[in-house]
Amino acid sequence: MRFNLNGADVDVGMHPMSRLLDVLREEHNLTGTKEGCGEGECGACTVLVDGEPVCSCLIPVSQVDGAEVVTIEGLGGNHPLQQLFMNEVGAQCGICTPGMIMAALALPDDPTLDDVKTALAGNLCRCTGYSAIYRAVLKWKGQE
Amino acid sequence: MTAVGTSVARKDGIGKATGGARYADDLVFPGMIHGRTIRSTIPRGRIKSIRYDFDTSGFTIVDYRDVPAKNAVDLMSQDQPFLAEHEVRHMAEPIVLLAHEDKETLHAAKVVIEYQEEDPLFDPEKSTLSFKDIAIEKGNVETGLRSADVIVEGVYRTGHQEHVYIEPNGVIAVPEEGGIAIHGSVQCPFYVIKALRCLLGSAHPNVRVIQTETGGGFGGKEEYPSMIAGHAVLLALKSGRPVKIIYDRAEDMVATTKRHPSIVRHRTGLTKSGKLVAMDIDVLMDGGAYVTLSPTVLSRGCIHAAGPYSCDNVTIRGRTVFTNTPPNGAFRGFGAPQTEFAVEVHMDRIAEQLGMDPVELRRINALKPGDRTATGQTLRDDTSAHMVLEEAVKRTDFQRKRKEYKGTNRSIGLSLFYHGAGFTGAGERNLKSRARLDLTPTGVRIAVGSTEIGQGTRTMHAQIVTDALGIPYESVEVAQPDTSRVADSGPTVASRTCMVVGKILEECAIEMKSKLGELSPAEYYARHGELSVERMYEPPDWIQWDDAAYRGDAYATYGWGCDVAELELDPDTYEVKPIKLTAVQEFGRPIHPALARGQIEGGTAQGLGYAILEKVVMKNGAMANGQLTNYVIPTTLDMPELDVVMMENPYPGGPFGAKGLGELPMDGPAPAVVNALRAMGLDVREIPATPELLSTAPTI
Repeated sequence: MRFNLNGADVDVGMHPMSRLLDVLREEHNLTGTKEGCGEGECGACTVLVDGEPVCSCLIPVSQVDGAEVVTIEGLGGNHPLQQLFMNEVGAQCGICTPGMIMAALALPDDPTLDDVKTALAGNLCRCTGYSAIYRAVLKWKGQE
Repeated sequence: MTAVGTSVARKDGIGKATGGARYADDLVFPGMIHGRTIRSTIPRGRIKSIRYDFDTSGFTIVDYRDVPAKNAVDLMSQDQPFLAEHEVRHMAEPIVLLAHEDKETLHAAKVVIEYQEEDPLFDPEKSTLSFKDIAIEKGNVETGLRSADVIVEGVYRTGHQEHVYIEPNGVIAVPEEGGIAIHGSVQCPFYVIKALRCLLGSAHPNVRVIQTETGGGFGGKEEYPSMIAGHAVLLALKSGRPVKIIYDRAEDMVATTKRHPSIVRHRTGLTKSGKLVAMDIDVLMDGGAYVTLSPTVLSRGCIHAAGPYSCDNVTIRGRTVFTNTPPNGAFRGFGAPQTEFAVEVHMDRIAEQLGMDPVELRRINALKPGDRTATGQTLRDDTSAHMVLEEAVKRTDFQRKRKEYKGTNRSIGLSLFYHGAGFTGAGERNLKSRARLDLTPTGVRIAVGSTEIGQGTRTMHAQIVTDALGIPYESVEVAQPDTSRVADSGPTVASRTCMVVGKILEECAIEMKSKLGELSPAEYYARHGELSVERMYEPPDWIQWDDAAYRGDAYATYGWGCDVAELELDPDTYEVKPIKLTAVQEFGRPIHPALARGQIEGGTAQGLGYAILEKVVMKNGAMANGQLTNYVIPTTLDMPELDVVMMENPYPGGPFGAKGLGELPMDGPAPAVVNALRAMGLDVREIPATPELLSTAPTI
């Protein structure tokens, strides 16, 4: 079993039914992907699989065989949305932030506020009340 | 340009947005094994036997007999054991600890515990064991009630609330040369030290606690991490290896503390024109099975129970009682959201009965400078009840909308509230918090135990030091809290981190500036080497507090708020759809406007969840809906538009005029929402106002 992780092909050593989340964190030491609930409710473990945001706690690694997986580390450190999350205080404690950013990446161009809310509805944040997250995302999309 | 008052770049750096920030579960130590807690499955009884129904080779097993000194989490009292010995007082009480290097093997292990079950006590009104009784007396409430034209009575109830920090609890204990280091997701590293000293005694003196990046706290990581740290240390001592304990969401929700449920009774006397003449208030809080912080939660709740109103005759009686449920504890607001919910809904009921405008009723009674609170505190110029009320009413066009929405499924309601900043009464004087500034080759380093848990501690402290010292913001570093290296600045609680610890840092900076003379920090360091300034907090000298009589200056200052909730009610499903929440709040002065706004927006969201969504269902003494699937906090789609107004009225004793802010926003949303529902004719006196509650609510 192989998949493409942040641009490089990797082999899977762990059991094929291992959660993608555990493979990322334990086998690849990519700890930017967080576990908040383990049941797909909080979205802290969101990664992109073939461009689609998914909860990595819900899918066995066998399901990404041959797919392209992008984690927060795959953005490097200079993505404008990352900087905006800090500047606009869209990140407070920061534990939801990587998942929130990965979910926001899938937004189309020129999103409305409602589009942003819908795209992020699967990502819980307990610190911000979301307003600062909207400000960060809309600014990134040139909507504010 | 000054740093204070501007939204400077945060000291967190970019790590939280790149995934580089390291939280407890992200840390790995050589030889580390994983720990697991075996918990009671009954709410009350005696442990008859414990059987290990698995191959124990490769496991480390710990029970109460492994405790080196005292089996008690040392907090306000020493009643709660780290591990139950013979008696079980609540569901999910820790009894045995297991550790193993393989997580799967660890979680497959089966421990069978036999109990002698006893009848549990769940109803706080039936409990006869009180952890703390409080009586506040001002004037003579019976005389006041006899003189009243109108008497309005009511009972108000609030449920548990779960913190739902998105990072569950987690701690790692790492044996090191001559001692042991705790790395963990904690709000109060020195609380953990205190608890571990009691657990370990003098045989293990070298314990230090290092706060890892912490994924939210809200009070939920104030006291419970001491328990988890004790468990990790016991397993580490027995195995000789680093031990990581990370709770999964279900364990975190079922086993750890929640906001105290409350029942508050009001009997209020008024003149015909709406002036309060007597307030008789009874506060009951469900403490759960151990004392934890319940006495101080009750205290803050009682002190805020009469609301931001002036009344000559007030009696407030409070008690927090034992039940066979997991102990309740600190949660943002700390008792005040419960009692301010009660008094604010009661005020709207009074307005209904007098046929009076709820705004006018508040105008007549709201506290002004020079007025005395229930504890007899004479308020100073930094009192802003009228200012926030008028701004909120004007900004939302409240009166017009209130009339316009009558008879529709849309409604609008408001709440007026206040929140005391810092520890209560003599608390700050007794705490003797300290802060330190160390010179570095390039500037200064802040060395305090105050934790960054998302609210912006690092940044806001650095801004204060920057301006007080007159050096570039970039040359101020903030040390990671490590109890062996930083000053004990007291716990990161009670809206005190900016106002109190920030003030000590301001004074440290002023003293350091005079020591540096004409030199910059770098020049001084190059010429003279190291320099540190450490200072202790001195509360304002006018604060007088009599703890026996519960009289005096309860808080050095208060933040003030007025929330306005606009919402719609689905006439078929009784689902509440919030449309807009306006939060007008005065908290002295914002040090970092963007972070301050974040506190208000986030606290308002938690308050909205408390109002309508967040219901902890208790079955047989345990949370039955301990999953994020079934315990719902606000998502993007649940949140209405938030309109935040930050007003200023500086507190002379705070750094650059700042007051505490963290908890204030939690107090207002629930009564504003319920008062909007009341304006639609639904007689609601309880939260959470779920569709189930609303569909059976009587009409007014």
